[in-house]
Amino acid sequence: MSIVVFKIIYISVIFGLSLFIAMYSTYAERKVAAFLQDRIGPNRAGPFGLLQPLADGLKLFFKEEFIPAKSDKMLFLMGPGFFMITALMTSAVIPFGSEITMDGVSYSLQGTDLNVGLLYIFGVVSLGVYGILIGGWASNNKFSLLGAIRAASQNISYELAMGLSIIALVMLSSSLSIKTIVDQQSGWHWNVFYQPLGFIIFLICAFAETNRAPFDLPECETELVGGFHTEFSSMKLGFYLFAEYINMFISSAILATLYFGGYHFPFVSDMDSSWLRTLLEAVVIFGKIFFFIFLFMWIRWTLPRFRFDQLMNLGWKVLIPLAVVNILLTGLFILLK
Amino acid sequence: MIDIIFYVLSALTIISATMVIVSKHPIRSILFLVLTFFLISAHYVLLNAQFLALVNIVVYAGAIMVLFLFVVMFLNLNEEVEKVRHYFPWFAAVISGGSLMLIITSALDKSVLLSPYPVKDYSIGLVENLGSVLYREYLLPMELSAVLFFIAMAGVMLLSRKEKVD
Repeated sequence: MSIVVFKIIYISVIFGLSLFIAMYSTYAERKVAAFLQDRIGPNRAGPFGLLQPLADGLKLFFKEEFIPAKSDKMLFLMGPGFFMITALMTSAVIPFGSEITMDGVSYSLQGTDLNVGLLYIFGVVSLGVYGILIGGWASNNKFSLLGAIRAASQNISYELAMGLSIIALVMLSSSLSIKTIVDQQSGWHWNVFYQPLGFIIFLICAFAETNRAPFDLPECETELVGGFHTEFSSMKLGFYLFAEYINMFISSAILATLYFGGYHFPFVSDMDSSWLRTLLEAVVIFGKIFFFIFLFMWIRWTLPRFRFDQLMNLGWKVLIPLAVVNILLTGLFILLK
Repeated sequence: MIDIIFYVLSALTIISATMVIVSKHPIRSILFLVLTFFLISAHYVLLNAQFLALVNIVVYAGAIMVLFLFVVMFLNLNEEVEKVRHYFPWFAAVISGGSLMLIITSALDKSVLLSPYPVKDYSIGLVENLGSVLYREYLLPMELSAVLFFIAMAGVMLLSRKEKVD
């Protein structure tokens, strides 16, 4: 099997997996919410309500396709698509395992090992806001526009703190390649132990970047009806909602790879390379990812929403200075070591 | 192969850059400008300058253009309102554009045309090499430009600061 064929199969698998995980995240979210609020949650469609996401998806497909009369039609249709594309692009540089050996040839389980992989993630994340801005503006609706503008200002503010927290990580690992960063964390050398402050800043920024509660102001129902996707219906709305869950999955994957050792786990890293090891590595990284997805949901149903000025104050006056302090401390640590 | 990619990319870049000034709609202009930045990044990738390519996307497409969109959305330029035409901007545009063309043509006249990629050392664009060049050979200009940015930022803050009302 040539490397190209393998990559095509691998990318298709990751693509399908992202969609599948996003689909079942909606189910998990409702179950977690139900658990936290002492309810049962969806249990009608299939055993334990497991077919609920399929039913929801089907419902969205059959909804009426609606385009507001005075909207910019091209951009209105482009918005959700763009949001979805940027959500799906990030997984290209995340390694979901070390390598598979087939007929003596080993294939790495990573879309591509860019030597600036970290910057690639950052670039794609910074583009995610276009889908929201275009969609919100093209709807020709005040609430949509306000939601979109909130999303943009929120993303820009938190990207800064996120970038600064990553700089400390890069100083420590002296590489921008995701593969190298992961391989430096084998055993218990997880970056979270060396960068606790950086991890917390990154985590908070990840919540803000994915527009999740307590930072879900762009779609704040009480003030903005539905936020930037008020005017969207049918599968266009579905794309927005779905891409948000994909973003959550990707953010969890990034958190797991950058700070929690990726596919490394103390006993798994010591094994000889074999099919079993690769399988265990995949299990390990997906375990970590699912934990973070659960954390996202847990926090959503625990904390109330921020006010917009509080959000901005937190971003600019707390997180950015903290991230700068973190960089200085990391520099000091490296000098003294 | 690389030559073909280069020419296709260049054609696309020029088309989308033209669309920026041709399209009547400000939001579409901005989106074409974003596309242009992407295509320029693709040129950087062709030159093996991956770091520069991604920084170009992060800074220009990801941050600055979002701010542009922001401002244009707030301005609410939905209808193309053609006001009374003033002739002064036309004259200014013609004169400045003409002199720019003069400069470019005279510069092109003196220059020697090279093949699309006269780069010999393709590893110069990698992060390690770029970093060591920036922070060893060009440390002073680098720091000075940082100071310049800082001053500009402080100026903006001073201008946008609200007057305290008692």
